[in-house]
Amino acid sequence: MRTVALLAACLLAGAAYGGDFSAWEQAASSSKIWLEARDVPNDAGGEIRVSWTAPTRPESLQRLMRAESPDGPFSPVAELVSGISEYYDQGLTNGLQYYYRLEVYDGETLTASQVSQAVVPAGSWFNTQRWSLLAALAAFSGLLLFFIWRARHGAALFVRKIAGLSAVDEAIGRATEMGRPILYLPSGGLSAVSDIQTLASLVILGRVAGKAAEYETPLLVPCSDPLVMTLAQEIVRASCLNAGRPDAYRAERIRYLTNEQFAYTAGVDGMMLREKPAANFMIGTFYAESLILAETGYATGAIQIAGTAMITQLPFFVAACDYTLIGEEIYAASAYLSQEPVLMGTIKAQDWGKALALGLIILGVILETLALKYPALHFFVSRWLASQ
Amino acid sequence: MKKTLPLIITFLAGFYMILAFFVPHHAVAASAQEMQSWEIIIVAFTLVLGIGNLIQVHAAKIRQRQAGWPYSLVLLACLVGMMIIGLGWGINEGTAYYWLYDNVMAPLSAAMFSLLAFFIASAAYRAFRARNKEATLLLVAAVIIMVGRIPLGNHLWQHLPWVGSRFPGALESLTQWIMDIPNAAGQRGIKIGAALGAVSMALRMMLGIERSYLTTGGGS
Repeated sequence: MRTVALLAACLLAGAAYGGDFSAWEQAASSSKIWLEARDVPNDAGGEIRVSWTAPTRPESLQRLMRAESPDGPFSPVAELVSGISEYYDQGLTNGLQYYYRLEVYDGETLTASQVSQAVVPAGSWFNTQRWSLLAALAAFSGLLLFFIWRARHGAALFVRKIAGLSAVDEAIGRATEMGRPILYLPSGGLSAVSDIQTLASLVILGRVAGKAAEYETPLLVPCSDPLVMTLAQEIVRASCLNAGRPDAYRAERIRYLTNEQFAYTAGVDGMMLREKPAANFMIGTFYAESLILAETGYATGAIQIAGTAMITQLPFFVAACDYTLIGEEIYAASAYLSQEPVLMGTIKAQDWGKALALGLIILGVILETLALKYPALHFFVSRWLASQ
Repeated sequence: MKKTLPLIITFLAGFYMILAFFVPHHAVAASAQEMQSWEIIIVAFTLVLGIGNLIQVHAAKIRQRQAGWPYSLVLLACLVGMMIIGLGWGINEGTAYYWLYDNVMAPLSAAMFSLLAFFIASAAYRAFRARNKEATLLLVAAVIIMVGRIPLGNHLWQHLPWVGSRFPGALESLTQWIMDIPNAAGQRGIKIGAALGAVSMALRMMLGIERSYLTTGGGS
């Protein structure tokens, strides 16, 4: 009803002014509305932010108008209730000039702001809020290339022992001795191949499949994503070929179950209880299914190696599995298992990256503490150290 | 060429997505968005592969009368039945497909999820045994958090003789301190390490150092 009243008032006001823009200017010059329009920075373009301060009452209605010329014609962009003081106008054409004006109707009178300055929406060629990330990426890439170069030139790189990865051979050996299969889950019931943890898991699958083929131990790989299944089939086949045992490859052992989280969990639990695998590998992205899977595996008496970078699922794996690869360890697996110098160099770069992050955290803490006395330092931290 | 072409594609696609992260301009963002749409389309097509594999595996099981073959029969019947119902009468609210999903699939998933409560109890029982120094620390921290996070725990604390009346909010504060300081610090440490690991893995793949995913086996 209020909207109708506003529209009617605007129409009446328009008729009263009779298209005479000088009359509008006269009304606007005496208004107490301050209006500003600016192009939104760091975006793809086509968006303008309009902000204003207007003396409004709770029952006031505001109408934002837009035109491509300061003389109009202005057309309504949005009708807003009292209290709102900014609006993001989207879907505009880059390169065109836009003008804005705000009208406030408080039930009795209609007040209009002055026409804003011309604003031209444009896309940004660099997101200035991401400078710090670009710098961090460049520094880390530099470290990575440096350690790869060092490794190629024969430098000995020490990497600490990772218990979970050292136990991979033990788990495969145990399954072989017991004459029972190995179960490998490349991810949980919700993850896809685009997930970097799934890719890391598939790399480890290649190593496990090679050893399993060497020892002639069946390897079961139930998948929740068809693309992961296809990749897993190819990886296992290649590993069997590399191990000199192409006959060890059985496509039906690498199967698709479902992409429903708990249906997948039920399916894998069923496999654990029916096939009684002697070694369970659960490496990748897992959600609520992690503990259900790990506890079922524990109940069957299998040796279990789990790994994930999902913070919320790590405690469950630690509680229910024999070995757990925590966070970064799953990404270090391929280098650790192959002991290839070039790949080992990348792990060394990771360690230095962590040292760099630690240094930046300490620097941030010092600067923020000093900012209590020198506020300018806070700007530096929020702008450069803590941007997106 | 069989190895080089995928490596070139991986590098270019990876580099372009990094570029799109830093360059919000429409000229880059639109094509990056387009690439992501292609990914969704390709993934949708692979579902056919998944269904094909499911039919292949379970049909063979039924044909060979392997152990548990009736379950495979039920699975295939459900698969075909849901497909017919969905394709024939639609999947929107009010259709038979929607009803079956809501009344069969959803309760079954919920039942599976509800098992988690019992598994948490059994896993906690094993994890919280004070076998050594670290396990004892875990046990103490867990007891404080569990008691401190429930209203009954705070109520009981306030009725403890001597301590409760002198330090009424101590349990709540200690719980919050454990969550905010040691717990948050540990989590962030893992997150930073994992993020660097993920970047390292992505760069290894982009630069062609990590090739295991290309099924050639091994590194460079």
